[in-house]
Amino acid sequence: MLTLTGISKNFGGLQVLDEVTLKIPARGIFGLIGPNGAGKTTVFNLITGMLTPSSGTIEFAGCLINGMAPYQITRQGVARTFQNIRIFREMTLIANVLVPLGDHPGYSAFRALWPLSCHRPAEALEYDSARELLARVGLADKAERLAGTLSYGEQRRLEIARALATRPKLLLLDEPAAGMNSAEKLLLMDEIIKLEDSGLSLLVIEHDMRFIMGLCRQVAVLNFGRVIAQGTPEEIRANGAVIEAYLGTDDEVRERSGRRS
Amino acid sequence: MEWLESFWATYSTLVLSVGTNVLLALSIYLTLSCGLLTVANAAFMGLGAYAAGLLTLNAGMPLWLGVSAGALLAALVALVIGRPTLRLSGVYLAMATLAFGEVVRIVILNMERLTGGALGLNAIPPLTQWFDVALAVGLVLYVLLRLARSRVGRTMAAIAQDETATELMGLNVRAYKLFAFVAGAGLAGVAGALNAHFTFFIGPNEYGFDRGVEILAMGVLGGTGSPWGAVIGAVLITLLPELLRGLGHFRPLINGVVLIAIILYSPKGLWDLLRFSRRHSPTAAA
Repeated sequence: MLTLTGISKNFGGLQVLDEVTLKIPARGIFGLIGPNGAGKTTVFNLITGMLTPSSGTIEFAGCLINGMAPYQITRQGVARTFQNIRIFREMTLIANVLVPLGDHPGYSAFRALWPLSCHRPAEALEYDSARELLARVGLADKAERLAGTLSYGEQRRLEIARALATRPKLLLLDEPAAGMNSAEKLLLMDEIIKLEDSGLSLLVIEHDMRFIMGLCRQVAVLNFGRVIAQGTPEEIRANGAVIEAYLGTDDEVRERSGRRS
Repeated sequence: MEWLESFWATYSTLVLSVGTNVLLALSIYLTLSCGLLTVANAAFMGLGAYAAGLLTLNAGMPLWLGVSAGALLAALVALVIGRPTLRLSGVYLAMATLAFGEVVRIVILNMERLTGGALGLNAIPPLTQWFDVALAVGLVLYVLLRLARSRVGRTMAAIAQDETATELMGLNVRAYKLFAFVAGAGLAGVAGALNAHFTFFIGPNEYGFDRGVEILAMGVLGGTGSPWGAVIGAVLITLLPELLRGLGHFRPLINGVVLIAIILYSPKGLWDLLRFSRRHSPTAAA
């Protein structure tokens, strides 16, 4: 479904990604893990067009998407959430979800000037689908509240609902469980599995290993801008290079303790 | 009816100014509601005023043609400068549009054979009637109120809150911003054209920095949450100096104090105060 080929990205002299090649299959949950600063969010920013790669290509559903404007990539069927939540805080929940819903082809701004009665059927339909989306993430009862008043976990769920409103084929979740307690995490895992069952592909960045290992069929590990391992959760858990990336090598440990003494 | 006639004889310019200032405030409301801080509206007003004034004065054209030409010229210029400048944001956008305003003023000043230079345009026919202004204000207000409650308004509010997130919702943010900028410029052109035809005289310095800030103040003071905010701001800024006329030398001082007090106690504008007392939210009602 999504293929990154030889993607490199540097900011001036700093090389953030080095020849990253990833194949995310259609359907299923794909995990992207790695230590802090490995370049995971940069991968998301490149896929969604917020950044352009220094070299390499990104293909989505048979279509080259690097070089497209972010809004065009979203229209191709890629949606995302953000590590630092970016909901519209001063809007109600329902208005948040309505923002992307309003944009379907054939809508012209001039229609806004028609008499109100002409809008009611279309508006009612939009409202229904917005409420449905909020219900999917368990926020239907708070639809008319301001988004800024929600708890942290609820804000993350609202962001997922808003991303779903763009009718994506691929959903990118950037640390969806960050700052959630274990009960909320379990709830979120359930919701993500439901999304997978509905035919969506998901690419998830997460630090919580239990979360990733429990959800993903395939996991890729990024370290210092390179993919150092890719495989099933079991393979990743047993992979020497991954353990080294997270925990360091024996030599390093000895060296550090040597210095300390 | 006699008192009405004498009232009109004394205050007609003031009443018409309220009308054109409402149009100007609405023109900056368009960009402000997208979160764009542009200060070029005075220049667009000037372009509209000069284009219309020259057409009615030299070619004897009717007012509606002059107004249309003024709006069109301002909108076209906005289209040209909007593409590069709207890549900027915040203070940088304000600086760029400010500089553009100065360029317009200096160009008008130096095209002496066409514009009369520093002497300005004199004896512009007083073609603007109260119903012209009323019609323009009514029409524009209707369109903008409807737009604010439509998807366009919702998208503009979203852009003001988080541009990146809005873009990633599949919405062409740059197109929306350009639309707001160009439509605002056209509107300022209309206001300038109408204004020129009841002030008799226009000069390049009327459309400089002072006017730009005044327009901005009208928009910010009233609040950017609704077109009504712009209306309130424009009426207040136009009438306040007249209401304070009895204060003599202290007038500008008290005028400033009132404005600062409003900003301090209602930073989101007067409309926000009214809105909260009515418990009504424009973003909730879509």
